[in-house]
Amino acid sequence: MTDIAASPDSRMDQFLAGARACVPVAISVAAYGLVWGVLARGAGLSLFEVIMMSALVFAGSAQFVALDLWTTAPAALPIGALVLAALIVNLRYLLLTATLRPLYPAKGLLGGAFSMYLVTDENWAMTVAAMARGQGSVAFLMGGGALAWMAWMCTNLVGYGLGSAIDDPARWGLDFAFTATFLALLLGMWKGRGDLVPWLVAALAAIVTSWLVEGSWHILVGGVVGSLVGAFLETRKNAHKS
Amino acid sequence: MLTSPEAVAAILGMALVTMAIKASGFLLADRLPRDGFAAAWLRHIPGAVLAALVAPAVVTGGVAEAIAAAATAAVFIVSKNLFAAMATGVATVYVVRLLVAG
Repeated sequence: MTDIAASPDSRMDQFLAGARACVPVAISVAAYGLVWGVLARGAGLSLFEVIMMSALVFAGSAQFVALDLWTTAPAALPIGALVLAALIVNLRYLLLTATLRPLYPAKGLLGGAFSMYLVTDENWAMTVAAMARGQGSVAFLMGGGALAWMAWMCTNLVGYGLGSAIDDPARWGLDFAFTATFLALLLGMWKGRGDLVPWLVAALAAIVTSWLVEGSWHILVGGVVGSLVGAFLETRKNAHKS
Repeated sequence: MLTSPEAVAAILGMALVTMAIKASGFLLADRLPRDGFAAAWLRHIPGAVLAALVAPAVVTGGVAEAIAAAATAAVFIVSKNLFAAMATGVATVYVVRLLVAG
């Protein structure tokens, strides 16, 4: 890891580079942000609640699930179910943020832990891809996170203001922007044949899980199973060598 | 109405658990050994998570998604350009869906 903490200029460069790297996925975030804003209005959230949820929770899939559970009568609001749903939908972040630890210095973990707030699928993916090339930094991660946060918040508000005038993003193929970007990032991380089996196992486990259970479980299951297989194969190979 | 105490409690609760999970992964990684199986496991997580994100969307999608995924991969392998690959994927899925639907 290059030492980018050395000068503030290079830190700013890294921040902007991170934001630039996330532009392709920010387009997709924006499309879904509009839809969420529209649906939030339909679900009866006030403008204040929309701002508060998007600013503090800042997790797309958890926020979509929350709209399903939301009620306009405060007394009927299923607080426990809303919190539990957010917990379950976001469990995959355990895996994502664990892989970001090498970016941070050995000391000062508390600040690092708080900065995980700005981690999303999108800037995480861009940052681990940069890390695989021997680049990437905390500022790069934060730049992408700041762009994603602004894209999400702004489009939520626009969607809320416009009401139902928004199309389904799938109509314009924008739902595929996530998949296409993540696929290209995955190909860019290819380091050799040792990756083939773990990736296939992860893909298969995710496909089977997505058939069996709704939600984002496939990411967690595929990620855990595939990475364990990869670690197992790698340590076994090393044991044979020595 | 601006909001209700119940809504504030729900949103704060959602925000707290989300933040707690994100921070936990980061802090747990610090407790893992720096070599051996645990280190190898952490190294393999990014590829496995990306594969798990992409595979269901491609496989359970349909003809349009499968063709678009192939086009995305081809453009990325040739050009190494992420934006070109993304734009190709979106354009392909849009066109093929139009053709299939029409």
